[in-house]
Formats: sequence, C-alpha cells, structure tokens
Amino acid sequence: MDFLVYVLQQSINGLTLGSIYALTAIGLSMVYSLLRLINFAHGDLLMIGAFASLALGRGDALSYAAAILIPLAAVALLGMGIERVAYRPIRKTPEVTALIVSLAVSVIIQNVFVMTVTAQPRRFALPEALTRIEVLGPLVINRTAILTVGSAAVLLVLLQLFVTRVRLGIAMRACADDVDAVELMGANSNRVIMVAFGIAGALAAVGGIMLGGLYGRIDPFMGFLPGLKAFVAAVLGGLGNLPGAVLGAYVLGFAEIFFVGMLPPVASGYRDAMVFALLILILLVRPQGLLGSRG
Amino acid sequence: MSARRLLAPASLGLFALLLAALQGRLDDYELRLVNVAGINILLAASLNLTNGYLGVFSLGHAGFATVGAYVATLLTLPASRKAMMIPDLPPWLMAAEWPFLPALLAGGAAAALCAVLIGYPVLRLRGHYLAVATLGFMIIVQTIAASLVSITRGAQGINGIPPFTNLWWTFAAAAVCVYGIWVLDHSAVGRAMKALREDDLAAQACGIPPLRIRLIAFAAGAFFAGVAGVLWAHLITVMTPTSFSFGLTFLVVLMVIIGGPGTVAGPVAGAVVLTALPEALRLLENGFAIRGLVVPPLFGASQVLLSILLILFIIYRPGGLFGARAVLRVSQEDA
Repeated sequence: MDFLVYVLQQSINGLTLGSIYALTAIGLSMVYSLLRLINFAHGDLLMIGAFASLALGRGDALSYAAAILIPLAAVALLGMGIERVAYRPIRKTPEVTALIVSLAVSVIIQNVFVMTVTAQPRRFALPEALTRIEVLGPLVINRTAILTVGSAAVLLVLLQLFVTRVRLGIAMRACADDVDAVELMGANSNRVIMVAFGIAGALAAVGGIMLGGLYGRIDPFMGFLPGLKAFVAAVLGGLGNLPGAVLGAYVLGFAEIFFVGMLPPVASGYRDAMVFALLILILLVRPQGLLGSRG
Repeated sequence: MSARRLLAPASLGLFALLLAALQGRLDDYELRLVNVAGINILLAASLNLTNGYLGVFSLGHAGFATVGAYVATLLTLPASRKAMMIPDLPPWLMAAEWPFLPALLAGGAAAALCAVLIGYPVLRLRGHYLAVATLGFMIIVQTIAASLVSITRGAQGINGIPPFTNLWWTFAAAAVCVYGIWVLDHSAVGRAMKALREDDLAAQACGIPPLRIRLIAFAAGAFFAGVAGVLWAHLITVMTPTSFSFGLTFLVVLMVIIGGPGTVAGPVAGAVVLTALPEALRLLENGFAIRGLVVPPLFGASQVLLSILLILFIIYRPGGLFGARAVLRVSQEDA
C-alpha cells in the first residue's frame, strides 16, 4: 500500500515535469516541422518568460494575472521578432546554417540577461495561493503541480483545436507538408511561420514560469538544459509530430522522476546522463520516434 | 620542385626557432596564452574535420576534451597524490605513473572510442541530429565526471596534475593534426568526405560508404579533441567536470566558421584570432575609463559581440576568412 502511494506520488511529479517538457517540446517540434530548424534558442524563451513574470508579479491578485499573461504575450512577440530578424533572412540556406544561427541567438539572449540582471540566481516564488499544499487522502500535492498540469492540458487542447479547426492552423500543418504548395493555394507562409513562432514562445513562457515556480530559483542559463531535454522529448515522440512531442515529453518526465525515485540514491546523479543516453538509444533503434513514420 | 619540397621543413624549422625564442622570453601569463592558442588550433582544426569537410555539425568537442583529459590525468598523476585525493581507485590505476606521450595518446584514443560509440547510431541520420546528440554527449560526460566520485573526485576536481605541457608538446601536436588534415585533404578519404558533403546520394552512387567515412572523420576529430584536453589539463594542472563546457564548444565553432570551414589554414587562423580577441574584449568586460568617461563592467558583453560576429559571418561570408566558397551552402537533404 505504501508502495502504491509512493508510486502515485512520484507519478504526480512525473506528470508535472512532463507538462513543462510538453509546453517546451511542442514549440520546438512545430518550428522543426515548418523549417527543419533545431531552434537552440527555444529553451531561453522559458528563461525570459520566468524573468518577465518575476519583474511583473508584485503583490495583489491583478498583478498575478498580469505576471502570467503579460510574459506570455511578451515572449510570443519576442519569438516572432527573433524569427523575423534572425531566421527569416537565412530561410533558404542549408539547415546547418540555421542551426548555428540559433546557437548564436541563444548565446546572445543568455548574455544579454547576464549583462542586465547578472548571472546571480534570483529567488522566484509564485503567489502563496498557488503554492499551497493540498492533502488528498494519503497524497500530498502542491498547487503549483496542479496548475502546471492543468494549464498544460488546457493549452494543448486549445492548440489541437487550432491546428484542426482554424484556417491558419490547418495552413500550418499544410506548410509542414509542402510550403510551396501552400503558397500556390494563396496562403501566406511567412504569416504561418511567424504565428508558429508566436505560439511556441507563448507556450515556452508558461513552461518557464512553472519551472521557476517548481524550483524556486531562476537564472539566465536555466533554459539551456530544459530546452535540450525538450528536444529529446520531441525526438522520442517523432520530431515534427505534435502529438508525438507531447507523448515524448510525458514519457521523458516519468522516466526522469522514476529514475531518481526508484533507483538507489547513488544513481540520481546520473539523471541527466540517462536522458541523453535515451536520446542516443532512440536514434539507434527507432530514429523516427514513437509516433513518427519513416521518410 | 626542390624548392617546394624544402618549403615545409624550412617553415617548420623557422617555427621551432620562434618557439625556442618564445619559451625563454615570455612571462607566465604570455606563455600560457600561447599554449592555449596552440591547444585552440588543435581543437579548431579537428572540429573542422566534421563541421567543415564532412558538413555534419558536431557540438561535442568539449565532451571529447573532457574524456581525454580525465583519462590522461588518471594515468599521469603521481601515485602519492592519487592515494591522497582518490583513495578508492583500483590498484593498477593507482600505481600508474605514465610518461606524457603514452598518456596523451591514451586520452586521444579514449575520446575517439566515445566518438565511435556515439557516431555509429547518429551519423546515419540527418546531419543536424549529430548537433544535439553530441551536445547531449557533453552533458553525459559532465554528469558522469561529477557523479563518479570514486574515480574523478566529483565536482571537487583533481588538482596537482604534473605540468608536462609546454610549447613543444602543444605545437608538435597541433602540427601533427594540421599536417594530417592537409594529407587528408589530398587523399581519397578526404575527397570522399567532401563528396558526401556536397551530395551524399551521388557520393554513395560512386561507391563511397557514408557511415564508414563519417565515422573515420568523427573519430579522428575526437582523437585530437581528446589530445587537446590532455594538453590543457597538464597546462592548467587542475581538472574539474566543467573545465570544458558549452562555452568552449561555442568558441571552437566560431573559430572554424570565422576561419573558413573545410580549409586547412582557416581554423588555424580562426583559433589564433579568437584566442586573442576575448583577451582584448576582457578589458571591455571589466570596465575602463577614457578621459573621465567611466565604462562600467559588462560581463557577457564579449559573448554577445562574438555571437553577432558569428551571425554576420555566416550570412555575409559563409566561407570564412580563408574559404574560397561557401561549404555550408550545400543543403543536407535526407541522409
């Protein structure tokens, strides 16, 4: 019985971490499906979201709503701006060029933050109403976890509706298949790509705020590792496949939590090594990912 | 013909004289900087094998350097120091006190072995998967180095490494690496690498085995990265899991791209320029005053400037300083 409670408790942690990865991996996978670009700067959008929220959240309830919604909008706009300034000029160049540029964009973003807010980690606290501990029978649940899982679920459902019901979303999926054909049908692929970057930024901002809330500390480099892990999640599910990215994210979240929770304490130091060993294993046995198709 | 034949030995001889002169005259800081420049030449020239000649983008150089440095350090560290710092080592490793050359080769070989293990699954896929897989490899290496306390002493790091590295070792290794690449550039394997970069389907149709050629280039690059790590550890005499991090990888990528990917001379020039430039930019980061105008310290500013430089180069001069034409121009369709 105790064991069952322990497993349930850990599953909640896995679900929470998986939700943050899902919010991050979706954007990476969406951008990849459109441009074949591995956007190394994507993880840094999490960091910007968290810092924007830190700057805005001061006390009353109204500002708390603002501390989530304004960063969401700001990072969405920033994501679109980065696309316009850095990625659009090099769109027709080979993939490797775009990869290097995204790497440089990432270093620029991180160091602009080092220059302005310093590399010193900051304390990051969500309002007390969102961090209270709920006791549910034998389970102890942090409200932040509920909020994280809940907001991820809502946003993912909204995104699914967008790409299946809204013209722009349908155009986005079409662009992933064949940009030239979409252009011939009279749709503006530039607008589609820009919107994709905006959505990716907004989701990452939410992920960053939740990540900050869970760990209680934020710094300019906090997005680097989650960004890479979200890429692992996207590859795990099938790069460019949106439901795959979500599935991969939750699989990865559970794998990480149970790796630490079920193995002897000595193993927990190897948590990050396990994630990237998993990436290499996936690339070896099923490079198209869990839901991807070959070709 | 005889004049051309004499050119290489003559320039090597001149270079050796220059080194001998430098060795005596420079102070410790300058000597270290020149050594670091040599190590950077080694790193940039070897990264150029994959990122330039092969057109497959690796970000694993820091990881390979870390592997090489730890392997060699454990082999050269005096037994008495090992007994004090890492008493749980297996007896044969505890007793090992290798001379520098075999340790250097062992460090390189260990890095090359890791490259084969990573490269085998990843090099069959599209070029850019390697970027993330090798970055992941760097994190795996750092995680293991930080957690395997009984062998690496964890985050505390190993200090008191014998200071074997000097200008001779550094530049001999760099010369071997650059010469090796020059030979490769003119060999069948080198042409096969460039053919795969330009059009891998056409190259395969000509009977070039893509995986084998890519593995050779990737492992050779990792070997020299490992050697560079060994040299660095025996220069600084301290090794920690984060001695070589993503920042180093990024700097080496810059060296290759600014110098000229897929050329022999480019990365060498890039390494020299980008060893000197951050030293100059450090002035900027620490703040300075001109005629009463005080510029406050701006940490991170040099990284921003270097990144902007990288973007400008890749858009306006993708062939780098030495590239006659853009090697990164070629698209990497399905591999």
